[in-house]
Amino acid sequence: MKSPTLPLLLAGLLMCSGTHATDAAHVYASHAWIRVLPGNLPAGAYVTLKNDGDQPVALKTASSPAYASVMLHHSSTKGGMSKMTMVKSLAIPAHGKVILAPAGYHLMLMQAKATVNPGDTVEVTLKFDDGSTLSTDFRARPANALNDGETSGSPAH
Amino acid sequence: MLGQMKITNSRTKPFSSRLTLLLLLLVVLLGGCQRSEPLPLRLTNISGHMPDLDFKLTDDQGKAVTGADYRGKVVLLYFGYTHCPDVCPLTLAQLHVVMQRLGPLADDVRILFVSVDPSRDTPKVLHAYVHAFDSHAIGLTGTAGATEALSKRYRSAFTREPASADGNYEVSHSSAIYVFDRNGKARVLATPSASHDDLVHDLHLLLDHGVSQ
Repeated sequence: MKSPTLPLLLAGLLMCSGTHATDAAHVYASHAWIRVLPGNLPAGAYVTLKNDGDQPVALKTASSPAYASVMLHHSSTKGGMSKMTMVKSLAIPAHGKVILAPAGYHLMLMQAKATVNPGDTVEVTLKFDDGSTLSTDFRARPANALNDGETSGSPAH
Repeated sequence: MLGQMKITNSRTKPFSSRLTLLLLLLVVLLGGCQRSEPLPLRLTNISGHMPDLDFKLTDDQGKAVTGADYRGKVVLLYFGYTHCPDVCPLTLAQLHVVMQRLGPLADDVRILFVSVDPSRDTPKVLHAYVHAFDSHAIGLTGTAGATEALSKRYRSAFTREPASADGNYEVSHSSAIYVFDRNGKARVLATPSASHDDLVHDLHLLLDHGVSQ
């Protein structure tokens, strides 16, 4: 089985199919958007993740070809103080969902490799604890947007 | 919860409300310039509990400004920093909605976004930042001492975590929005989760009140 052509074959398959064996089979993303801030300021990204599977799954990390780094964060307000903390793992219950939304869980996208403008689409890949991944298109929205632009039926920009 | 100040609402017995009405009428008849009657504000009323708007900072055009420069405007004061990707933008986006609902009246309101991260938030960075949200927003920065003095003045705490290896650091900061009337008097304490209706209502009251030229 240790044929030297196998890795090449696999690489070829990966390149032409665009999907691969570890795609998350039971997790679906919706309402994915990014709040774009001016300059090179970090941007918050939001998404709703639904788990159709019989097993819970946890979001561990994320990455994007458009940003140097992506971190999972949680904002909280306690006693009148706002605070951001890093999150190592965010569980999505079996047949349940989690919502990453302003003032709660969010992805922090840092150091855009090129200017991201409202209206652009940015790919973000989410990685889960079972080794699966999910690549989703996030819609870039203006700084003063309150949601993905479709949630409340307001027209897209 | 934010602030422990409570609005002391007198009980609304018919007698006392009639008396209040009479008193109000009297105040109005006595020339309207005495405006000491309590405003029926919906959000936390901090009238008399917080000092007047006063500071010496630099605005997002690089100009030295003081609290007195904003007399005549109703001011929304908020402490934050531009490297805050979630709560600060959400708060400013919500204030933008409130401004839109005020329509042309918003021209008499200013959102003052005071940076608690002055080493990174230069006037130029702040200018681009606040204008991405609303044309009535002004970014203010200054020396660490000056911004700290202002936040202490309103008992608005913030802490800066030690920098991590990549030079990034997190700041926790007060989420309060302080609202001042046209005379620079502290009037309302709001939180980012305050309803737009209540904020619009209270801003209308303050805009109608104490027009100073």
